Amino acid sequence: MSSMFGASVQRVEDDRLLRGHGAYLDDLGGDALAVAFARSPHAHARITDIDVSAALDVPGLVAIYTYEDLPPKLAEPLPLLIPHPSLTHGRTPYPLARTEVNHVGEPVAMVVATDRYLAEDAADLIDISYEPLPPVVGLGNARQADHLVHEDVPGNVAANAVQKHGDTAAEIAAAPHVLEIDLEIERSASTPLEGRGVLASWDPHAKRLRLWTSTQTSTGVRAAVAAKLGLDLADVDVITPDVGGGFGVKIVHPWPEEVLVPWAARLLGQPVKFTEDRREHFIASAHERAQQHHVTVGFDDEGRILGLDVRFWHDNGAYVPYGLIVPIVTSTQLLGPYKARAYRVEFDSLYTNTVLVTPYRGAGRPHGCFVMERTIDAIAAALHLDRTVVRERNFIQPDEMPYDQGLIFQDGRPLIYDSGDYPALLAKLKELVGWDEFAAAKDAAAAQGRRLGIGLACYVEGTGVGPYEGGHVVVETSGKVKVATGLTSQGQGHQTVLAQLVADELGVRLEDVEVVTGDTRRFGYAVGTFASRTAVMSGSAVTLAARKAKEKAIRVAADALEVSPADLVIADGIVQVKGDPDSGIALGTVAVLSNPLRYAFDEAAKAATQFAGGDISRPPVAPDDEPGIEGRAYFSPVRSTFAAGMHAAIVETDPDTAEVKILRYCVVHDCGRLINPQIVEGQIHGGVAQGVGGALYERMAYDESGQLQNASFMDFLMPYVSEVPQRIEIDHLETPSPLNPLGIKGAGEAGVIPGAAVLAAAIEDAEQILIRSMPISPSDLFELRRAHGQEEALS
Amino acid sequence: MKPPPVGYSRPASVAEALTTLAALGPEAKILAGGQSLVPLMSMRLAAPAHLVDINRLADLSYVRHDAGQVRVGALARHAQVLASPSATVQPLLAKALRHVAHPAIRNRGTTVGSIVHAYPAAEMPAVLALLGGSVRLVSASGERLVSASDFFLGVLESAAEPGELATEVAFPVLPPRAGTGFAEISRRRGDYAICGVAAMVRLAADGTVDDARAAYLSVGPCPQVLDLTEKLAGVAPGAVSLSAAVQLVRERVDPEPDIHATADYRRHLAGVLTERALLESLGEAAGEPKGEAA
Amino acid sequence: MTKPEELHEVAMTVNGATRTARVPARRLLSDCLRHDLGLTGTHVGCEHGVCGACTILLDGAPVRSCLLLAVSADGAKITTVEGLAEPDGSLSAVQQAFTECHGLQCGFCTPGFLTTITAGLRAVPEPTDDQIREMVGGNLCRCTGYQNIVASVRRAAQIQRDRAGRP
Repeated sequence: MSSMFGASVQRVEDDRLLRGHGAYLDDLGGDALAVAFARSPHAHARITDIDVSAALDVPGLVAIYTYEDLPPKLAEPLPLLIPHPSLTHGRTPYPLARTEVNHVGEPVAMVVATDRYLAEDAADLIDISYEPLPPVVGLGNARQADHLVHEDVPGNVAANAVQKHGDTAAEIAAAPHVLEIDLEIERSASTPLEGRGVLASWDPHAKRLRLWTSTQTSTGVRAAVAAKLGLDLADVDVITPDVGGGFGVKIVHPWPEEVLVPWAARLLGQPVKFTEDRREHFIASAHERAQQHHVTVGFDDEGRILGLDVRFWHDNGAYVPYGLIVPIVTSTQLLGPYKARAYRVEFDSLYTNTVLVTPYRGAGRPHGCFVMERTIDAIAAALHLDRTVVRERNFIQPDEMPYDQGLIFQDGRPLIYDSGDYPALLAKLKELVGWDEFAAAKDAAAAQGRRLGIGLACYVEGTGVGPYEGGHVVVETSGKVKVATGLTSQGQGHQTVLAQLVADELGVRLEDVEVVTGDTRRFGYAVGTFASRTAVMSGSAVTLAARKAKEKAIRVAADALEVSPADLVIADGIVQVKGDPDSGIALGTVAVLSNPLRYAFDEAAKAATQFAGGDISRPPVAPDDEPGIEGRAYFSPVRSTFAAGMHAAIVETDPDTAEVKILRYCVVHDCGRLINPQIVEGQIHGGVAQGVGGALYERMAYDESGQLQNASFMDFLMPYVSEVPQRIEIDHLETPSPLNPLGIKGAGEAGVIPGAAVLAAAIEDAEQILIRSMPISPSDLFELRRAHGQEEALS
Repeated sequence: MKPPPVGYSRPASVAEALTTLAALGPEAKILAGGQSLVPLMSMRLAAPAHLVDINRLADLSYVRHDAGQVRVGALARHAQVLASPSATVQPLLAKALRHVAHPAIRNRGTTVGSIVHAYPAAEMPAVLALLGGSVRLVSASGERLVSASDFFLGVLESAAEPGELATEVAFPVLPPRAGTGFAEISRRRGDYAICGVAAMVRLAADGTVDDARAAYLSVGPCPQVLDLTEKLAGVAPGAVSLSAAVQLVRERVDPEPDIHATADYRRHLAGVLTERALLESLGEAAGEPKGEAA
Repeated sequence: MTKPEELHEVAMTVNGATRTARVPARRLLSDCLRHDLGLTGTHVGCEHGVCGACTILLDGAPVRSCLLLAVSADGAKITTVEGLAEPDGSLSAVQQAFTECHGLQCGFCTPGFLTTITAGLRAVPEPTDDQIREMVGGNLCRCTGYQNIVASVRRAAQIQRDRAGRP
């Protein structure tokens, strides 16, 4: 039996999804009542009156709730999930607005009706009177603070945080060269194809709540909902159904809807379901938005960074339920694969009257990568050095690992890179894209009037963030192996990848392993799916759990076969003496034997009953043992493990229309050992598409009154196939992680991190115009050309 | 995003449709392809009291050509027009239709519907305006033919009155010694145009340019037609210089900015795309096979 | 209380079977398929016709079910993703290709791609890469970056050739 590790097996999820038999949130709860919300049309306003009388006439209306209806625990602000000492002015929303609204889309009244059409009719008829207040939109206005988002937050500053190592001021002062650069990046949002949704069902007899929600953390939701509804954890089940993409937005919890819907279900004694529509997703979920950075860098004649000072401002939207993760990740991952003698980073996180800002794939790394890579390119330009040479001179070398950057990472632990070989990655990338040959190609194109440019960008990613994940492996008497882990899936193929690991560890066939994720009934201790952590955390946990189950199975079989455990292996689901398959016992039978029975419920079970044999001098179940073949294990690493990658792109810009075409897109990638290479490549493809989308197409466009002008797929430009590179060329490097038993690193976010950086660099190379603000559209490029006095732009 | 409550009729004949429309007056909207109307209703930006669904009026699903016109019935889907042999006598139709949204939208949306919807970023209103076509409007009290130049009144505003059904749109066929061109830039493939140009050139018997005109998408509230003849007249296709025409265009169009493009960029594109569309037209008029350099 | 809405009888052939429903005029076909007929394989991503997740085949042609009223579909022949498998229950060529080529991740956009490609390959059984991109050019996917979707279409054409015994 060949190893499953490293095999690109077809996914076990596919068959039912391809047949249209997926079970996403809105596919469930056909008998549930429906929900719609009356949401604020203003970015900032006081609510002066709510008059529901006109809505009461709508047929099928069941209930309307406003803040005044909420019981004490629900009438408090929603939790601030990730506290931080620097987050001195954290503000979170109420589930339904109390006296004030702080962004367009904030929920004010909840309508429950027999279907969504009628619920929307009723919501439209609720007459809410507002007294508009001056909205704060954009970092400029937030910083200026002529107006405040929250009256009790001076300067609109939620937090100010500094991290540093070394003495940056001294290094910069003494440096032979100094550059100051302003860089701005506006990102976009996760926008999975499936929006949020929650379905709740209350059992009045057992007094238990069952909740389905399109989330990235079922245990997180359970804890929050139980707290808000005054229930014990044991009385709340949270089940994550099939999820149509998350990309970060579904890690936030509890959404207002996630506490209001179960509360209504309990009150009304009927299942209640909320499925958000696309407009709601744009104005009531979360974005990942603007950052403005001011960089001062001191460097020597070789281009080595002596002191790097980064000051930035982060727009966190109207509330900060997820804390400061995005700017903290920017702060700490900005250095990437480089070392700086001294580094200082300071940020202000500011409120604006816009939608919340929470992590989206990359979670602040794309910003940090953009800043670092543009800075390095600027150094190279100042010294007339090749951009790869400057990078090589600043790399942390493989023999310097583990390398302590002297900062505290988003997991609250020291930022120490455990492994990686950046020079080798760069060499592979240069080979793949043909870096050294490009200059000639560029000149040849220029002779034909074509503008080509090449860019590269490097990043490092702390993956497999803690605190822990767990795994449970059970061998059934049928020989099937049931695996459970508490984190969730949104399309990454977890059921396949984790099954591969268990199949290998336990020695069974892949098709006999069934994995369940995100169901608190099956596994109750978990953190969630984010930060590229599943393979590392749950992968390690289920492997360790399977190992325990294997050891138990071998022990029980050894007893039954009267051989030494050391002589036994498990292959193809048979516990056998090495090299003698006919000698073995099927794993299912071993499971039967492991559970001493009084009653034989079927033919196979007879072997485990009291008159069937066995050592009668010992108790049937030893004092330190349990019935059954099961293993439960947790994996909790001391810190994150560091993946890395480098992208290169060759673009062509149109001299007339300023359109940008990507001619080649190359990725070299190190996520340690690969469990399923096809799935890893799929993750990279998806990430690259989001990187391209974020660099060239996607941008949340708020007007000065805080209205989101492109709250639909018509005007928010997610890429179709025509907008992504026709080929993504990928090469791998594997530097195994020393921090987990499998030597793996996370891969989920890799594709997106350097997108803006690499495309900005390539466009700059093609145009010879500094690109310091992203995203960039053809219109933006046209205006930049004019500002730089390019005559061709005016013809 | 669900539509608000709405009344519904599905007449089985044109006569029945007209009677229904007459009875309902301004409260009624015609539902043909629905590709523009239904999303507006789902977003609750449009809330007609009553829909008159004309999808049963199979008699109106024709594309034919006669007497110098390509006639497109109200129920002819974009995809049908694109594939129709009758449409090949006016090559501009296919050139423009290829840019209309995506295949699934073209399978249901109707060309007549798109023209009546009168959205300035849409392709077919500009094509109709350029070619000087016409719209036949029929009501319980009679029928009238409205020329393209009188049909488009503003953003989403056409000359069609309540109670009227547009049963047919007529596009003049390509005259002899003439050629067309179409060029459009959109942010993503299939999106509404940031700027688009439909052009037609006709040569005189001596082979020099006799007539040149272009119509513009997304530069104003209605398709804008510009006569460029004076900048190109009397010149042979191979010797033509387009820069004067391009400059005229840039002086005449007055686009608005939006979140996707500045006004200046649009104006710039209007010039670039005019050049491309005119070159294509000149090439076709001079009888050169598509794809060869002039 | 306001008068309840008038309901209309709708009868369609869906995946070969006659299905009926009584729906208000404003009921979108996507909701009728999903909730009135229980065919939840067709997904709703935007309700403005842009994402393509709701794409079904109406008389064989791909259309957005979120842009159609159920009443308008009365009398039509509809194929949804649930109707794509072979009569013996095995995966169709397009479905088979998708699993071989890892053409789906979360699976939410997938039904719209499958119906679109099934019709597309009927019309053009041997598409070039450009024709493939045109074929799937109106469907959004956020997970795959489209690389493996294009590969799946190529592979589906190959499988169709093999199954038909063509070289």
